[in-house]
Amino acid sequence: MASRTIPIRPEATRSQAFEYLTTKKDELVGWARKFSLFPYPFVTACCAMEFMAVSSSPYDTDRFGAALPRFSPRQADLLMVVGTVTHKQAPVLLKVYEQMCEPKWVMAFGVCATSGGFYQNYAAVLGIDRIIPVDVYVPGCPPRPEMVIDGIMQLQDKIARSRHPILTKDF
Amino acid sequence: MLDALQQRLELAGGKVSLLHGMAVAEIAPAALVGVVGVLRSEFQFDLFLDVTAVDWPGHAQRFEVVYHFYSTRHFARVRLKTRVTEQDPTVDSLITLYNSARFMERECHDMYGIVFRGNADLRPILLYEGFVGHPLRKDYPKDREQPLVPYRT
Repeated sequence: MASRTIPIRPEATRSQAFEYLTTKKDELVGWARKFSLFPYPFVTACCAMEFMAVSSSPYDTDRFGAALPRFSPRQADLLMVVGTVTHKQAPVLLKVYEQMCEPKWVMAFGVCATSGGFYQNYAAVLGIDRIIPVDVYVPGCPPRPEMVIDGIMQLQDKIARSRHPILTKDF
Repeated sequence: MLDALQQRLELAGGKVSLLHGMAVAEIAPAALVGVVGVLRSEFQFDLFLDVTAVDWPGHAQRFEVVYHFYSTRHFARVRLKTRVTEQDPTVDSLITLYNSARFMERECHDMYGIVFRGNADLRPILLYEGFVGHPLRKDYPKDREQPLVPYRT
């Protein structure tokens, strides 16, 4: 019975070829995940204009693997809350967040999503972190595209540094 | 047309003035539906623009309900004002004259608590079910929140 190992070409084993590398599981999975962010844009207000600017070719979030918006929360792993969230809308935001599969991250895009911004009235939620956990805050009214890109890069760093349990909570 | 409108509004018991070329009439709540009917039938004010209110805290008649109408025939606007008290903030509904009054009166009821007699559907339109109070009244605290989902602790 022949062994079931993958045959390696003999000339490759003799050369200085790149055959294997050692890494940590969390680093490998984090490296893969940080370049495959699928954002779900929860767009409610004027920050959407800046979201379009940062998505389009001059700034191009595709460089960070975060360009393809998924309009179903079940297929997304980055919830971008772009704009003001009102109390009437808060149940919708919570439902969208709960429908997303793990692992998931949340970006508060703009000062309204971050802290309510200049709103203090009967209608506005003073920051979406009162409702759902937030990983990265991008302030600004609206934020410059550079700030959004900086936020994406900070989120990538956070993903690369965090633990990524796959099978159990310990592995 | 403006002169005729002014005379007709004064005939109906209104206090009429001109503001930036627009007739402004202050009338009694009881005369409202009659005056609007005249505006619609005799002066072709066929577009109901909005109804809103002004809160004057401390005044005996606290709320001033403000109506705007536009005539697509004469390209003219008119503003009607009427005063109601806090104890009985009731005016007659205009839904018999303008169907669009249904939604606009709902919004005014949301924000100021004006009751429109004759409009059976005064459910919240911009606010949500369970909201207590009327947020555009001056005595509504600006930092009062009525969240629908529990906050994270």
